[in-house]
Amino acid sequence: MNKDSHALELEAELASAQRQSSVYVYEAPVRIWHWVNAAAILVLCVTGYFIGSPPPSVGQHEAYDQFLFGYIRFAHFAAGMILTVGFLGRIYWAIFGNHHARQLFYLPVLNGHWWREIWFEIRWYLFLESEPKKYVGHNPLAQLAMFFFITIGVSFMIVTGMALYAEGAGQGSLYDDLFGWVIGLVGNTQRLHTLHHLGMWWIVIFMIVHIYVAIREDIMSRQSIVSTMISGHRTFKDDRMD
Amino acid sequence: MSQVETFYDVMRRQGITRRSFMKYCSLTAAALGLGPSFVPKIAHAMETKPRTPVIWIHGLECTCCSESFIRSAHPLAKDVVLSMISLDYDDTLMAAAGHAAEAALQDTIDRYKGNYILAVEGNPPLNEDGMYCIVGGKPFVDQLRHAAEHAKAIISWGACASYGCVQAAAPNPTRATPVHKVILDKPIIKVPGCPPIAEVMTGVITYMLTFDRLPTLDRQGRPAMFYSQRIHDKCYRRPHFDAGQFVETWDDEGARKGFCLYKMGCKGPTTYNACSTIRWNEGVSFPIQSGHGCIGCSEDGFWDQGSFYDRLTNIKQFGVEANADQVGMTAAGVVGGAVAVHAAVSALKRAQKKTQDKVEA
Repeated sequence: MNKDSHALELEAELASAQRQSSVYVYEAPVRIWHWVNAAAILVLCVTGYFIGSPPPSVGQHEAYDQFLFGYIRFAHFAAGMILTVGFLGRIYWAIFGNHHARQLFYLPVLNGHWWREIWFEIRWYLFLESEPKKYVGHNPLAQLAMFFFITIGVSFMIVTGMALYAEGAGQGSLYDDLFGWVIGLVGNTQRLHTLHHLGMWWIVIFMIVHIYVAIREDIMSRQSIVSTMISGHRTFKDDRMD
Repeated sequence: MSQVETFYDVMRRQGITRRSFMKYCSLTAAALGLGPSFVPKIAHAMETKPRTPVIWIHGLECTCCSESFIRSAHPLAKDVVLSMISLDYDDTLMAAAGHAAEAALQDTIDRYKGNYILAVEGNPPLNEDGMYCIVGGKPFVDQLRHAAEHAKAIISWGACASYGCVQAAAPNPTRATPVHKVILDKPIIKVPGCPPIAEVMTGVITYMLTFDRLPTLDRQGRPAMFYSQRIHDKCYRRPHFDAGQFVETWDDEGARKGFCLYKMGCKGPTTYNACSTIRWNEGVSFPIQSGHGCIGCSEDGFWDQGSFYDRLTNIKQFGVEANADQVGMTAAGVVGGAVAVHAAVSALKRAQKKTQDKVEA
């Protein structure tokens, strides 16, 4: 009896595996960007925090014998450049990649269905829906968050960061020509530093929520999440519609 | 005074020798970053040009700009500049007072319409129809508008005229307003600082008189030759910054060794001025050299950037005084806590559902 049920279960599993298929969602450039971007953000947050609040002094040697703060700043600038180039590449791919690659850069605000789906997702996160919906790309709430935290947030950090970099590069430099207007806009760059700091925490908050939700949905939703950003394939756990 | 004297005439009259005059021309060329070929050009301009009248008016201010100006490090430069510009009206420095002084102002405006330079020290308060600053029985803002109408150019001396300084600090009860927000139709040169460096002030005036044009200005309208770099860029303590050697508390070992004052709230990295190159009091020292961080006095709204001794500015938008990192960390903490609770509830719900499914099956 017990054996029979086990055999039945196996059979059902096999049948379901045969029926279930995966969809190729995130193409290689998007996946590579995601992980490069994540690494750059991690480096930027850690070094950026230290630039605002330096580690304890290393005062044993002559100044020319060490370059600790210089290296921290170098890591920050290097990661910032990688983030910027990556973001530009991501914009390029949004134009030439598949339609999922475009999701980060627009919000279908005129689409009533999209707003209803956001409401549904909010209800799901408030434990008011017993079963989530299936999405091939980002769910609408995720799209909204990505747009404000990553597309707007990273753009803001690139622009303010480049303006701060232009201060060091000096007037007349390429950075100053491109981003010096930001310095003129805020007047005192002390304000720009403060805004850049707040921007970092904006992205840190996103990181916390993003990682939590990705793992939670990987377990509780009806589709793959974490592995999708590794393989690019979205797999589904059942064959029911929606 | 039928014929307006040239600068050279004035200098000779003041007892300055030809040799000293040529020295001054070389010094000025060097101070302005010009090559040796400009020395004869400056000399020629001095010999042939009628001196330019300057009207120097005072609004809400503390006279520190005047104090700095008359202490220009090189005595020759000071003498020359002071005698060179025909300072027709300056209620602090002029001998005349009362009605005679006001008459001198009107006389200069009438005589040199469109040719005089207006130097403004301090700024006009606009609240209560400008009643917070009265000059000669009238609101200062009226005097400013009147004098600016026929001026060739305006120099905004110091942080007051350029940005507003302490009287414009939040909540700015008198609505003290920088000059460029009141006079909109004249070229304005901002020479910020509280006060500006004396050599910067004399340098700017000499440049304008010699070349008959405004110096190159940066985005914020400051002479690029003095304000294009930060204190930090030319600070002699910069190697300690890059090495990661900071003063941690006043009078610690680092302070004695002359480490970087970054952690003590030095605003050098955000302050555009020439203190670390020209320095003060005949090039003797400047704040960082004497062991105190820069307070950023030549920057827009420097009184409103939190404490002079904090690296990170306190922001008040969130009700309590906290810097960006404290605000961010609190927000991240709240979000992190919410995530933890949400995760716990999710796990419970899932366990509950599994049990239910089992019961139903």
